[in-house]
Formats: sequence, C-alpha cells, structure tokens
Amino acid sequence: MSDGKTIILNRIREALRENPAPRPHASHTSSDREEVPRDHTPREWLPKVGESLVEQIDLFARQSEGLKTELHRCGNMEDARAILSMLTTEGGWKKIATHTTPDTSALLEKNCSEILKTDTGYRIDDLESCDAGITGCECLVAQTGAILVSAPSAGGRALSVLPPHHIIIARTSQMVPDLTAALELAKKRYGNKFPSFLSFITGPSRTGDIERILVLGAHGPKRLTVLLLEG
Amino acid sequence: MTTFASEFKKMAGRYTADLTHRAFIKKALSGYYQKRDDSKASFQSWQGARDLAAETKYEAVNHLDRYLVEFAEKIEARGVKVFWAPSAGEARDYILGVARENGVRSIIKSKTMTSEEIHLNDALEKEGYGVFESDLGEYIVQLRKEPPYHLVFPAMHLTRGQISDLFQKELGSAPTDSPEELTMIARSVMRQKYCEADMGISGANFAVAETGMISITENEGNARLTTSLPRIHVAILGIEKVLPRLEDLALFLPMLATAGAGQQMTCYNTMYGGPRQPGEIDGPEQMHVVLLDNRRTEILADAEQRDTLGCIRCGACLNVCPIFKNVGGYSYGTTYQGPIGSVITPHLRGLQDWKHLSAASSLCGACTEACPVKIDLHHHLLQNRRNAAAAKPVLIEKISFLGFAWLMSHPSVYHLAAKLGRIFQPLHPLVNGTFLDPLIAWTRSRAFPNLAPTSFHEQWKKSRK
Amino acid sequence: MRISLFIPCFVDQIYPQVAWSVVRVLEDLGHQVDFPEGQSCCGQPPFNTGYWDEARTAARVALAAFRDSEVVVGPSGSCVAMMKVFYPQLFKGDSQELEARELAAKTHEFSSFLVNTLGVTDLGAKFEGKVTFHDGCHGLRELGVKKEPRALLAKVRGLELLEMAEAESCCGFGGTFAVKFPTISTAMDEVKCASILETGADVVVSNDSSCLMQIRGMLDKQKSTIRSLHLAEILASR
Repeated sequence: MSDGKTIILNRIREALRENPAPRPHASHTSSDREEVPRDHTPREWLPKVGESLVEQIDLFARQSEGLKTELHRCGNMEDARAILSMLTTEGGWKKIATHTTPDTSALLEKNCSEILKTDTGYRIDDLESCDAGITGCECLVAQTGAILVSAPSAGGRALSVLPPHHIIIARTSQMVPDLTAALELAKKRYGNKFPSFLSFITGPSRTGDIERILVLGAHGPKRLTVLLLEG
Repeated sequence: MTTFASEFKKMAGRYTADLTHRAFIKKALSGYYQKRDDSKASFQSWQGARDLAAETKYEAVNHLDRYLVEFAEKIEARGVKVFWAPSAGEARDYILGVARENGVRSIIKSKTMTSEEIHLNDALEKEGYGVFESDLGEYIVQLRKEPPYHLVFPAMHLTRGQISDLFQKELGSAPTDSPEELTMIARSVMRQKYCEADMGISGANFAVAETGMISITENEGNARLTTSLPRIHVAILGIEKVLPRLEDLALFLPMLATAGAGQQMTCYNTMYGGPRQPGEIDGPEQMHVVLLDNRRTEILADAEQRDTLGCIRCGACLNVCPIFKNVGGYSYGTTYQGPIGSVITPHLRGLQDWKHLSAASSLCGACTEACPVKIDLHHHLLQNRRNAAAAKPVLIEKISFLGFAWLMSHPSVYHLAAKLGRIFQPLHPLVNGTFLDPLIAWTRSRAFPNLAPTSFHEQWKKSRK
Repeated sequence: MRISLFIPCFVDQIYPQVAWSVVRVLEDLGHQVDFPEGQSCCGQPPFNTGYWDEARTAARVALAAFRDSEVVVGPSGSCVAMMKVFYPQLFKGDSQELEARELAAKTHEFSSFLVNTLGVTDLGAKFEGKVTFHDGCHGLRELGVKKEPRALLAKVRGLELLEMAEAESCCGFGGTFAVKFPTISTAMDEVKCASILETGADVVVSNDSSCLMQIRGMLDKQKSTIRSLHLAEILASR
C-alpha cells in the first residue's frame, strides 16, 4: 500500500519526466520570446538602499513614519527610560511584560509598573492583561522599516504580538540594509539550529478588510514603538 | 450548457446589472491601484523583479519533487509531522484525526484558501468542533455564512453598514458606521478565542526548502496569534508553494505585498520551522504540515500550463480583471475567483463542467501583465478553450466554424454572402431587438453598425482597373 | 517599399474608409501599396473559441494571399496579433509552420509600422478637435503598442489629446465573447464609454475597428454625439 508521500512524489516525477515546460519569457511580449536572463539577485531590482549607516537609519526613519511606527532615537538609556515613563503615564499602564536581556533590564530599572517576565513561561491570561510588551530583536531592516524578531530575541512568540503596545529596544549596530541582509544574518547566527519562529514586523497591526479602509490594531498591537539607542 | 455554466451566466447577469455594486467595487479598488503603482515605482525595476520571480518559481516547480523532499526532511528534523495528502479527503481526514486524538474542542483559523478548497470547516463543524475564522474579512463572511468574495479581501463587497448590522445581529454589539469601531469589536471577540483554542489552523504562503520553514504573510497579526497560543498548530498548503532558498523570501515578500495589497511589506511575515523547540518560551507542543496535491500534479503534467503552479495567490489578477470587476467574486461559484480561478478550476474540478469560466473573458491580458510571477494567464484561458473544444466540441459551434472556415477559404462565396447581407440589411430594423433578431445577443444592449454599401475589396478592384 | 495591405473583415465590410486612409497615408509617404485580393479573414473567431482546426483552414488563405509580400501592414491590433503572435502557435508542427513564422515576422500593425519601421511620426495631418485614445488590448498587450499612436497623434495639427482614466481597460469586445457573454461585454462597454465621456472629448480614436464597433454600439445606444474614428482616418485627414 502506497503512502501519500510515495503517491505524490510518483505523480510529480511522472508529470515532469521528459515533459519540459517553456522557460519564462523576457519582459516585453513579442513573437520571439527571448528567455529571461538568469543569475540576477533580488538586490538588483528591489528598492535601492544607501550604503552608510546614516543613510540607512534615515531610510528606516522615513519608512517608520509612513507605517506609523513610533521611532525614537535615544542618545542613551536615560532617554529611553524617559520615553517609557511618558508612555506608561500616558497610557495609564499597570502591567508590562518583557523578557530578560541587558537592555530590557536597564530600560525597566526605574519603572513602577508590575512586570511580567516571560523567560520561564507565562499564563496566557496574565500576558493578555498586560498593557505593553517590551522585547529586543534580531535586527532592523532599513529598506522596508521592518524589524526582525525571533523566539530567542523577543521572548517567545506571543510577547511581541499579544499586548496592545509593542516596544522594541534596539541598537544602531543592529541596522542592516535590506531583507537579503537580514536573512543572511539569521542564517549566520543560527546555522542549522534555527529558532522555530522568526518574524518581520513592519509597523503596527492593521487591516483593510472593511471597504479597503486602513484601520490600525486589528489583532496584533495597535502601537509599535522602537527605542533606537546608539551602539 | 452545464448547470455550473448557466449558474455563472445567471449570477453574472445579476451582478452586472447591479450598478451600485459595480460602483462600490470600483471605489474599493481605486486606493489599491494608487498604492500598488507607488510601491512598484519604488523598485529599481519591477519588471526585473518579475523576471527573477518567474525564474525562481520555474526552478521550484520544475524540480518540485526535489524541493518538497528537502523541505519535508528539514522541517521534520525539528519535530514537525508532515502529512502528504494526495486528495482533499485525505487532508480533511488527517486534520480531523489530529483534532480527535488530541481531545481538541475549540479551533481557531487564520486565512487559508487551501482549507476553503477542501471544505475543511464543514467537515470540522460536522464533527462538532467549533471553528473560528480569525482574519477579519473571513470572520465577517463566516458570520454571514457566505464564502469569501475575493481570495485576498474576503469581505470587500460589504459596506460598513452591512457589517455593523451583522455584528449587531450576531454579537449584540451597538451599531456603528466606523470601520475602526467595527474592527475593535471583532478584535475583542477574537482575543477570547485565541486564548481558549486548543488548535490553530493556518495556511502558508511559501515553504522554504533550504531551511525547512513555512512563511505566512499577513497584516492583522491573527496568524501569529493562531500559531503562538494554541497547543497544536496545523498548517495546510498546496505542494506548489515551495521555494528553493531562504533568500528567495527577500524577493517574494515585497512582491506579494505590492501586488496583493499595494504595500511594500505587509505587517507580519513570519517563518515557522517547528513546534516549540527546547529552550523556547512558548509555541505549540505539536506542529503538523499538510502538503496537499488535490490535482495540482495534473496541472504539473500539462507543460504548457505548468507555470500556473507558480501562483502566489496575491489576487493582483482579480484586481485588474474587467470581468471580475463587473461580475464580482460570487459569480464564479468556486474557491478561486478571477483569472487564476478561471484558469485552474477547469483543471481542479473538471474541464467540461468549468470551461465556461475560461470562455468568459475577452482575453485582454491585463491579468498576465499584472502577475508578479509572469504566469501566461490569458493564453492559458485560450488553451483551455482549445482543449475543451478538442475533447468535446459543442455541436452548434463546430458546425458554425466549419461553415465559417469553408466560407473564408472560398473568397468568392464569402464576397457573395456579404453582398446578400447588404440586401437583407434593410430588413434588420424590423426585427432589431426582438426574439426574431439573429443578432439579438448584440442588439439587446448595443447598436449594430450597417455594412458599408460596397466592401473595400470591391472598391479597390474598381479603383485599380 | 512595396507594402501589402492586410484589411480585416470588419474594415473590409463595415469600415472601408479606414482601409483607404491607410492607403492614402502610405502612398503620401512615397510607398507602393498593393492589396492581395485573395485575403478574407485571419481566422480569429474560431481560434478564440478554441476551434483551431477551423482556424487553420481560414488562416491558410492568409498564408497564400501574403506569400509573395515583402511586408504586410494592417490597421488592427487584434488581427495583426493573430498573425504575429498566434500563427506560429497555430501552425506548430504543421507543414506550413515555416511559412506561418515568416508571415508573422513580416506583418506589422499600422501605427507601429509608421513609427518603428518607417521612423515617421509627422504625416502632415490636420484634425481640429478634442480626442481621446482607446488602446485596443491586443495591440497593447500582445504587440506592445502604446506610445506609437500617441506619438503620431501628437503631430496632428489642431488635435488636442485628452487621456481617459480607463484607456487601457478592455472595451469588452473580445470577439465571440461579445455575443457569448453579452451582459459582461456590455458592462465593460459601459465602463469604457463612461470614461470616454469623462474626458470631455468630441472624438474617441482607436487602432482597432472591432473596439470601435463595440464602443460605437454603446455610444449610439446612449444617443451620444461623440464621434468614433480609426487612427488611420485621423492621420489621413488634411
């Protein structure tokens, strides 16, 4: 008795055997269909990104503006704490969730809210009732204003998506030019032992499902704040 | 005509006559066009990107066995159970089995057209499972007990008033005409469900062979929640979703966002490579990936149309199709609407029963132009017509075209017939628009031109004597 | 150059003045124009409906008619696309495959021929009026014709070109589609005509007579005074 895998692979091999498909044709339609040129990379076609860190941070900032990501450039941790304090007061926050890293610990040093640490697990209703979640990240992507997070770098899967306000604390040295670079970074960092979860976050949650009108905060966080420190 | 064909014609007739609906869809799409063009313009070369995307999908699809095996091996190595489902029934049975064996009671789903294709919700509900669609658009049509209208924007045909009424009736919420408030109502309902569900079912936009990961593209965050909190994650995807390398995502994620929603990137693009790994804080205890064939291998075997398997389900072809814009998503009567639906449905559900979808097109080619992976959509519609006629010609069409071909091969008879046409033309106004009018299919809605007193052939002959 | 005219059946029977406009323009440029009288139809109707055997039968007539032609020019995007793009597919594996490829290579759409082959845009034409241009889909997407008609219209004295929002939207003709799915075809026609009206133009111009037939049909039904002319007629006016 054949199992599903054998059946499907046999079907595929049979379908492809001595049955070549025409290659994709070059961009302009014409009666002589030239073949698509090969050996190109995404970087040649995707939006160009400046080479210097300054240009990249600037691009990231512009993208963030369009996405409604609240980006704060912080000279030092004290600045970052001040912003967090302002957000806490503004939002009337009682409980903040986070995971333990040197930066998140430093950030929350003087914060008076109740802190829920996800490091060794959490109760769902506990996390659900937090006003904000603070995480680190893998890197920042200048090209699209995206932030790459992963299970290890962001305290698990839910911390960065369940609380209604997600705060990321990052360093300028974490800036990479584009998605290709971000994926290369992940590959280099993890080799064969990838985490089970990696995600590009590009702005606060949104939907256009009602009359194609943009609404923020569909299911994920309504607000996304990035505290970008030097170094 | 099969019942499906007559149903299509009936629905198309109804929707094309609904000017309010047509205007509403036009308005809904107008914002998309602008954003899509802006996003395309930000590329150094959108056409270059299309070429590369087409080439990448060509590589993937034409070595499908290799990449699927690689994908499965890599993802299984991290504790995922991969189930290869040759048919819809087997996919459904497997998922039901997972639910049964694990004492699942409540199921939450993120958007997956593949699950629509196999009618998974019906099967789960029949067995007594509560199934909640978490994607806002899917949730709305689920409450209305309707199928999705558009494969990316399931509720785009509904006004906020209709949605408010729906929520009022089904959820007891207060009426509102604010899309934001309506979204918040759905958000608060869903939060409960995420926290309670035992099993989350998702689709996947891509399956990366090199690293053994599935990739899910979304804006709302519902897929991330569906796959983070419940203890079991089941992902179902078509076998054709495979991409060779991780870096291919750097190309496909922006292209999917641009073509599908006019965004540079959607809000969340998540790569899942397994259940909770040792040392990880959260995530499902179990992860299952169901690889679905369901006649995709038949499309694979058709070398002429194999590129259709490169489809990334972005919906761009729907958004530019004048047929879709006028008849709407429900007229098609199938899981996949628009040009891609018209091309693949005859393959997935039967050529003779569904050839009318391939016939209902002016072959304008806007779809092919819009497709980020350069599928030759409009030519495939033509090929489906040819295949259908070759397998089972429609008698009246066959006879008419045999006559036509004969007439055109005998130019002197053709010109004589044209002369006769001129003689009878003055009689046409007598029957114009009535049931006696042989041209009624045209004249019901448009004026028909008069033949010129003499043809160019005749005039040329005379002038050059 | 000796140029053979390819006159589609619509133009032959309903709009012969379009053919004469083509003749006039080409002769004024100093070329010799002939009209192979054996031609009848390119075979598109059966081809589009899926009856390729019957399409081949009709197409063989075209192969024979243009056998001795140096270059073939036609004022219709859809019919020229049939020859240029689809004949090679239609005759694949057939004994006349080579001939079909040769005909495909030497056939040109009228506006493309003027601009790309002959390198002319100014034909000394004069036409007073506000004009909007409809891009016939086959010309646009099968043959890549977009800037050529506009380059030609730009040089017509007295003509003001107003682009419509839906210039590239299909008018809904699509050959047998127009009568097989009349409600959809009509809806598309309505959208096109509404876009034409929005421009405030007096005349709608296209490089495909079948599109003009569809548009005219709706404009007449709506009792519109907007005129419809083929590009060749504009280019031949003095």
